[in-house]
Amino acid sequence: MFGYYFDLAMRSLKRNKVLTGLMVLAIAVGIGASMTTLTVMYLLSGDPLPGKSARIYYPQLDPETGADVRKNPADLLDYISAHDLWQSGKADRQTMVVFGSIKLQPGLAGQSPFMADTLATTSDFFPMFDVPFRYGGAWNAADEARGVRQVVISDVLNQRLFGGANSVGRTIVLNGTGVQVVGVLDHWRPRPLFYMLVGARYSGGDTGGYYVRPQDVFLPMPTALDINAGNFGWFSCWGKPDRMDLRNAPCESVGLWVQLDTAAKAAAYRRYLDAYDAQQRALGRLSHPANTRMMSLHEWMAYQNAVPSDVKLQTWLAFGFLLVCLFNTVGLLLAKFLRRSGEIGVRRALGATRGAIFAQCLAEAGVIGLLGGVGGLLLTLLGLWLVRQQPVAYADVVALNVPMLLLTILLAVAASLLAGAFPALRASRVPPALQLKTL
Amino acid sequence: MALRPILSSLRHHKLTAGLLVLQVALTLAIVANAAFMVAQRLQRIHTPSGLAEQQLSLIRVEGTAKDENHEARHAADLDTLRRIPGVQAAVAVGWALPFSSSVNSYGVCPNEEALKRAMAASSLDHSGCLSIDTYSGSQGFLQALGLRVIAGRDFTPDEYVTGDVPAIMLTRAAARKFFGDKDPLGQVVFAGKHSSRVVGIVSDVVRPMLRGDGSDGEVMLWPQLPDDNETTYLLRSAPADRDRVLAAAATALQALDPDRLIPEAGRRTYTQMREDYFQRDTTMIGLLLSAGLGLLFVTALGVAGLANFWVQQRTRTIGIRRAIGATRTDILRYFQAENFLIVGGGVVLGMVLALILNLLLMSRYELPRLPVWYLPTGALALWALGQLSVLAPALRASRVPPVVATRSV
Repeated sequence: MFGYYFDLAMRSLKRNKVLTGLMVLAIAVGIGASMTTLTVMYLLSGDPLPGKSARIYYPQLDPETGADVRKNPADLLDYISAHDLWQSGKADRQTMVVFGSIKLQPGLAGQSPFMADTLATTSDFFPMFDVPFRYGGAWNAADEARGVRQVVISDVLNQRLFGGANSVGRTIVLNGTGVQVVGVLDHWRPRPLFYMLVGARYSGGDTGGYYVRPQDVFLPMPTALDINAGNFGWFSCWGKPDRMDLRNAPCESVGLWVQLDTAAKAAAYRRYLDAYDAQQRALGRLSHPANTRMMSLHEWMAYQNAVPSDVKLQTWLAFGFLLVCLFNTVGLLLAKFLRRSGEIGVRRALGATRGAIFAQCLAEAGVIGLLGGVGGLLLTLLGLWLVRQQPVAYADVVALNVPMLLLTILLAVAASLLAGAFPALRASRVPPALQLKTL
Repeated sequence: MALRPILSSLRHHKLTAGLLVLQVALTLAIVANAAFMVAQRLQRIHTPSGLAEQQLSLIRVEGTAKDENHEARHAADLDTLRRIPGVQAAVAVGWALPFSSSVNSYGVCPNEEALKRAMAASSLDHSGCLSIDTYSGSQGFLQALGLRVIAGRDFTPDEYVTGDVPAIMLTRAAARKFFGDKDPLGQVVFAGKHSSRVVGIVSDVVRPMLRGDGSDGEVMLWPQLPDDNETTYLLRSAPADRDRVLAAAATALQALDPDRLIPEAGRRTYTQMREDYFQRDTTMIGLLLSAGLGLLFVTALGVAGLANFWVQQRTRTIGIRRAIGATRTDILRYFQAENFLIVGGGVVLGMVLALILNLLLMSRYELPRLPVWYLPTGALALWALGQLSVLAPALRASRVPPVVATRSV
């Protein structure tokens, strides 16, 4: 039966090619626009640490002693607080992160020095964030404490410096100091770069820059403090810092992430954080009123408003567009089906049930939806290509994936069936006797 | 022309007509808001900076050795830069400049009482103090940027220091914010415990990252010399010379010290800097425009498609009308009037929807209120669009010969 309806649908669609074309085009454009924006939205708002993000937390306190008290603590900690909390080892895993850049002198002749983005961190960083390695692995904690001259580099930097070969054991020169590569990352592209998602809430929705790829050089914290003094990124200072001395600077520049595997441990860590904050104020190192926080990674991303506001706006716009396209299709299908009232009357008089008429009309709508879906898919690919041409940090991750591809087709067919349901219902209610009389 | 027959005929097509009304309404709602957003963004990207942008370019030098004497290094660099043919001025500047996307701001209090209030309340709010965006540079940076002293005096050479500055300048907007109608010249302001004197008022210049809330002109200038491992030099030249001057500057600076880095990305004319800063807005304008035009196109197609159907469906009726005396113009007018009514319904509903959508956007995306005149303008545009798209089917209807009435289907 379905094959016959399909055949009828094709005949009916061929009868008025222009109109069919318009309906298909409208659906294709609507689907293309909404799927492009939805794909970008999906890529930018996904979970950067699937299966683990619920156990990752970001402790905060207010370390400032200046005149201005913030309502919310600054997005980073001062080195002393971060280091104290890190050293306590109260969490299942904990790591500090400090962003910076360093002058890198490649070992090979013919390559000129350049500034590389660095992350000063601690050995827990890699297992805690499930960072994949292609070659080697992280430095160990004991070496880290001694300020070992070892680094982990990204796959991108490994490609640039060593042509992608296994470079474990090779030496690169950072700021005039030779360091040994102990690990090379595999492709790793968390979206957003969640462990450095700071200040996004002030950006007025311009958060595209938080979707950059991870840093190129990962240094053990003590090593970084030794060889890269003066080149760290500050978030905010409440006094004039000595730029060469991050440890004692009156500045927030260190992020502290902890992994707490159970709710009980999380509660215990909150109590510990409060106790530490109280103790430090008792000692006189902190002077502002107590203001501790500990958000989970999800809460932190929501708090920072990570998804760029333009992307959200575009998604709304695209779905508004799709809605108009659907109204368009409903109207045209209604006109089309009702124009065949005579034909439908004959079929009904010959014994076709209402259900049969409904199914036949719906098959026609479905065919339009399928054609529109294929067109929409092509337009989505075009749309995503256009997004990739934009100078935005997330351009390289924008691509159609399987769930989105299926969703595109599904959305197109569902939308056109939805648009077809009402006209089909009307068509199936055509009273046969009345129609036969007018013939 | 009598509307009654049209209305009673539309009653038979309630649904199809209703759908078209809804489509027109949604289109108007979205297009009016999209047009408004385009206007907003256009206004934003044309914000004047107050600088002689056409003549400026910037070059960033990184990785200066850490124990180097920065002041001596800058002096040598600037001396070299000034000798490049075509360079009219060269200065070292702080990292914040209009549209630089880097911010350098300080909490500043207009007097000691305000400072005390801020200290007591542990907050700048309601104290009269202000967190103000600050530009700095080496001697002569005002003139190099294309700014003018409009009251008071310029900084003297001995006021340029690396630490706390003895003198500051304010824009008119900042002076008004701090001191109201009082004469700002000679006033002492407090940045923390340190105090500086207001020596001059500088011509208007905008803050590094626009907020669009009317406070974008509140800026402070101070004679602080850059003292970092990374320095930005500002070059002034004729607009046509900028690319050549930048290339020459990179070569000359590299020759002075082969060890340091002069990244390609740190070499920009001010025109490029402005384009980069407003890139997001430019993209959004393109998207909004294409979405708006796409919507109008789809709606026009919908109107034309339905009108076509109705003409086909009513061919016999039209024939009868023609046979009993209706002129071609009557038929044409009939379809035009019908379209006018349908679009009219859509437009009325659409204006309400546009306001609702605007309220929604205002709450979620800090968009200002939609000016009322967008609504009638949008309505007229849709009416015109409707009439245009119905014209071809209506003309076809008017050409239906009366003889059709006599033929059986």
